[in-house]
Amino acid sequence: MARNREGLVLVLDVGPAMHSVLPDVEKACSMLLQKKLIYNKYDEVGIVVFGTEETGNELAREIGGYENVTVLRNIRVVDEVVAEHVKQLPRGTVAGDFLDALIVGMDMLIKMYGNAQKGKKRLCLITNAACPTKDPFEGTKDDQVSTIAMKIAAEGIKMESIVMRSNLNGDAHERVIEENDHLLNLFSSNAIAKTVNVESPLSLLGSLKTRRVAPVTLFRGDLEINPTMKIKVWVYKKVAEERLPTLKMYSDKAPPTDKFAKHEVKIDYDYKVTAESTEVIAPEERIKGFRYGRQVIPISPDQIETLKFKTDKGMKLLGFTEASNILRHYYMKDVNIVVPDPSKEKSVLAVSAIAREMKQINMVAIVRCVWRNGQSNAVVGVLTPNVSERDDTPDSFYFNVLPFAEDVREFPFPSFNKLPSSWKPDEQQQAVADNLVKMLDLAPSAKEEVLKPDLTPNPVLQRFYEYLELKSKSTDAALPPMDETFKRLIEQDPELISNNKSIMDSFRGSFEVKENPKLKKASKRLLRDKPSGSDDEDNRMITYEPNENKIDMVGDANPIQDFEAMISRRDKTDWTEKAITQMKNLIVKLVENCTDEGDKALECVLALRKGCVLEQVSFSISAFALKTFSNFFFHGVFLHM
Amino acid sequence: MELDPDDVFRDEDEDPENDFFQEKEASKEFVVYLIDASPKMFCSTCPSEEEDKQESHFHIAVSCIAQSLKAHIINRSNDEIAICFFNTREKKNLQDLNGVYVFNVPERDSIDRPTARLIKEFDLIEESFDKEIGSQTGIVSDSRENSLYSALWVAQALLRKGSLKTADKRMFLFTNEDDPFGSMRISVKEDMTRTTLQRAKDAQDLGISIELLPLSQPDKQFNITLFYKDLIGLNSDELTEFMPSVGQKLEDMKDQLKKRVLAKRIAKRITFVICDGLSIELNGYALLRPAIPGSITWLDSTTNLPVKVERSYICTDTGAIMQDPIQRIQPYKNQNIMFTVEELSQVKRISTGHLRLLGFKPLSCLKDYHNLKPSTFLYPSDKEVIGSTRAFIALHRSMIQLERFAVAFYGGTTPPRLVALVAQDEIESDGGQVEPPGINMIYLPYANDIRDIDELHSKPGVAAPRASDDQLKKASALMRRLELKDFSVCQFANPALQRHYAILQAIALDENELRETRDETLPDEEGMNRPAVVKAIEQFKQSIYGDDPDEESESGAKEKSKKRKAGDADDGKYDYIELAKTGKLKDLTVVELKTYLTANNLLVSGKKEVLINRILTHIGK
Repeated sequence: MARNREGLVLVLDVGPAMHSVLPDVEKACSMLLQKKLIYNKYDEVGIVVFGTEETGNELAREIGGYENVTVLRNIRVVDEVVAEHVKQLPRGTVAGDFLDALIVGMDMLIKMYGNAQKGKKRLCLITNAACPTKDPFEGTKDDQVSTIAMKIAAEGIKMESIVMRSNLNGDAHERVIEENDHLLNLFSSNAIAKTVNVESPLSLLGSLKTRRVAPVTLFRGDLEINPTMKIKVWVYKKVAEERLPTLKMYSDKAPPTDKFAKHEVKIDYDYKVTAESTEVIAPEERIKGFRYGRQVIPISPDQIETLKFKTDKGMKLLGFTEASNILRHYYMKDVNIVVPDPSKEKSVLAVSAIAREMKQINMVAIVRCVWRNGQSNAVVGVLTPNVSERDDTPDSFYFNVLPFAEDVREFPFPSFNKLPSSWKPDEQQQAVADNLVKMLDLAPSAKEEVLKPDLTPNPVLQRFYEYLELKSKSTDAALPPMDETFKRLIEQDPELISNNKSIMDSFRGSFEVKENPKLKKASKRLLRDKPSGSDDEDNRMITYEPNENKIDMVGDANPIQDFEAMISRRDKTDWTEKAITQMKNLIVKLVENCTDEGDKALECVLALRKGCVLEQVSFSISAFALKTFSNFFFHGVFLHM
Repeated sequence: MELDPDDVFRDEDEDPENDFFQEKEASKEFVVYLIDASPKMFCSTCPSEEEDKQESHFHIAVSCIAQSLKAHIINRSNDEIAICFFNTREKKNLQDLNGVYVFNVPERDSIDRPTARLIKEFDLIEESFDKEIGSQTGIVSDSRENSLYSALWVAQALLRKGSLKTADKRMFLFTNEDDPFGSMRISVKEDMTRTTLQRAKDAQDLGISIELLPLSQPDKQFNITLFYKDLIGLNSDELTEFMPSVGQKLEDMKDQLKKRVLAKRIAKRITFVICDGLSIELNGYALLRPAIPGSITWLDSTTNLPVKVERSYICTDTGAIMQDPIQRIQPYKNQNIMFTVEELSQVKRISTGHLRLLGFKPLSCLKDYHNLKPSTFLYPSDKEVIGSTRAFIALHRSMIQLERFAVAFYGGTTPPRLVALVAQDEIESDGGQVEPPGINMIYLPYANDIRDIDELHSKPGVAAPRASDDQLKKASALMRRLELKDFSVCQFANPALQRHYAILQAIALDENELRETRDETLPDEEGMNRPAVVKAIEQFKQSIYGDDPDEESESGAKEKSKKRKAGDADDGKYDYIELAKTGKLKDLTVVELKTYLTANNLLVSGKKEVLINRILTHIGK
């Protein structure tokens, strides 16, 4: 087995109590194997099931005992058969002993690899750990487990136990469960072993790390407090998005008779001098240009190279600050973890001291980092403490990137207090909301935290691999519907809803919403159809729909709109003049005809004046007004004009 | 490759359809700089920053504008600006008014986007000013000439361009004359004051704001009450605050951070499903996104003309050019599994694009490593669904009150994600909004996105070293000493970006020197060297490393393996000295040579010959 290969034994509980969740176990394991087929196809896998009627394992044959443990598959390179196999796990009939099964699995790993391949041997147990284990021939169970754990540690086997308990009933089991949990804990403290407790099928799917990525350090070097004090640290990615595999493009151009066709597609980039011409330049004849106002300024690679911002590798402390100064939503990227160099005991201590004290007094550190020499930029980020809960794990920091001044877009939003009161909840509504926030609880103290990111699988990946499997069997397989288990992720939990039905109902009742009636379908579409960002140079201060812009008369009905529309017409130059003349005439008419329309006349005068200012037409409004209104008592109005 | 700058700032998974919902807010500015060029501006001086040197007010105004333009062209290159002097000897304006000179360069309208040439020539304006434009008081009592009035008129005429709906319009008025009509006869003065104020008011009525940047004499402060308070419309409350704020305003104009300013836009319109039968409307905004230097346009290096990139897909078997290939393959189980592009996008479409509430958790459940990418800010809207804001505010208040966050599933990204909705209360300081009120949507990783590094570093059964109480105490003292007071998250300018803009400016304007950009992200050396700080660090160091700070003890596996290596060499298979004598070292492999070097604590780097020489030297001793 080569360096970067893993030997894995799945130890699966198929006893009667597990039957209800076995479909999910099958899904999780099949996903794991599918990914191995794609990403780690030289990995080797064996499968052990326990709780079966029959017994079939080497230890039973050699020394007896180890009943109801069946080796479904010996450790072999992963292949399509095993991916198939794991989807049809047998349904067992007896309550199995997980310790027996673990020993069988361990024995397989040791026999296969011996002492080699430290850290590359993995034992994965999935059980409800609710069945009693047999007493050992000699000594206590604790002794026995400690011995096994030490053996596992010595052999460099990693162990993970996923304990699935959805709805355990009956207190008869309580003692057994307590004992089993205790035994599993013994593994954790004596070997590289972790136990994950899950309650829902969704968490079960998420609990099995299905993608094996060799951890690589991003940085090894000094965390510099000041030039005299440096702490040796290693930095890894803590979070990195797992994506769909990159699918290659396929060409069907080759004739079907061509047995050697590769069906590959090459992407070519041509750099054309102009869109029309066929003249093409070589990539190295191009030069980068950057916008400067309207122009594009070419900057040669040499100029960039000599002038650009230069960095030196290192992590430098800028200082500490109150944790409350760093709001959570400022974290910009996926997260790194900064661990002390494991070979430097003093660094482990220094990190431990700072991390623990940070947690104690609620402070965080601000650091400036350059991970590689010559990196194009420095990053500023925040170190937050990651105080280990396990005795054998060193304390460390999480590192999150913070934004630069340029990254922040300061847009003001109305304060909630300043909104009209009809938009704000009253006391009763607030109480209803409080109740909802309290009761629609995903982290009840007695139970597992629901939808914990650490245990929530990616539904899209799950679906892709499922589809891939189907397609491998039949090329025209249809896309399977969304897996039921994943409903818990995209919809509210019906149980939670029904338990809180009255709260949900009163929330619905208290907060009525309705479609805005003013926003008719047509206007919605209008909104949509309006091309965005059109900065209409010709748009006047007053804008109208273009079709309305063809007004050529100041009418009686809407004189002001007509006037404004006319004055803003740009198709001929004399519209302005025409508009003004017509407006004047209309005002005179209004004033002469009817005294009630004095207000309207006045509005018209104001519009006329505004139009004149806008159009830079010199026009003595007072002279006009005086002439027109000489018979009327309007002086109060004109004083302020 | 061509990048649209806005594309880069967009949430990667934004639906292009949503672009039509761009908020119609002023996205552009039209600015006219009005500079008083009266002789008084040239003879009044202020002590400059460099001692023993006096700067004229004219120089201050011009250099302030020059600085501001250099920031402007990067920050808001779509804005249109005009530069207009008044009280000039020559005249140049559309209205042909005396005493007003609109400065411009070829290939540019009088109000237009700034160009490199404009900035370059404006930088040199002081040299040519006397010859080309000239200074001359333009307010003459007898002829009723009023250059201030004319200047306002010209500026207003320039600002006719563009719709108010999409643009802000502003005038910046630089002057040191606080009483422009002071020397007039009383009747003339009243008349001129009245007409000038009316001119200003007309402009303001058209939505143009006038900002005054008064320059005070060293011995006599600019008296705003004489005339200008009416022109810019200050009430008595604002009056007292106005003059002290002026200096800051000038500084602000000069020292603008070069930062591309983007229009506020709704990144995404989101339907938030609170429960069956109750959905509210939210808008999502991208308030935090990594800034980049703007789009790259590829140019032909000989002509400097933009090149057009054309992409073509070529079948390697036949050489045929393909239209966008729609088939994708994934090798799996010794066959090529085929997917169409459509099928792949179907796979990703597992829910509606809505945001669905799933429940609530205490804030402590949101860990520091639960982060993938920048958050999205959510603010309610009653535009289409009335009642949205009310429900939003109620949940917002409850979450803040109860210190809980909402967990929701958001189908609007690819892949759809579990998100944390964290309520943020409004934070204000100095009358400005530091944090808007709303909810921040934080994208959570899935189980397989999270890596278990802790486990990798744990040694089963071996307790990891933990700090003692004394060490914790020293760490605490250190942290208190090194506390950054008033730290604000985004106080640092991006050093690489600022450098890039400096390079761009230097090249565009043919400047000889690169503007110095300071790297603000480096530690504050002065602060770090304060004796109290040095002492706190020293004490912490002492508590960890003891008296012998250079001796970093190796622990665990590495030490053992080193020792073993050394041991291996001791009872090694070869007698190195014998081999060296007979010149047979070269027959050994590099690995074997290195074994010797390691065992004797020598460097193991270099080529084989180097290694042999090193061994020979060592044996020679």
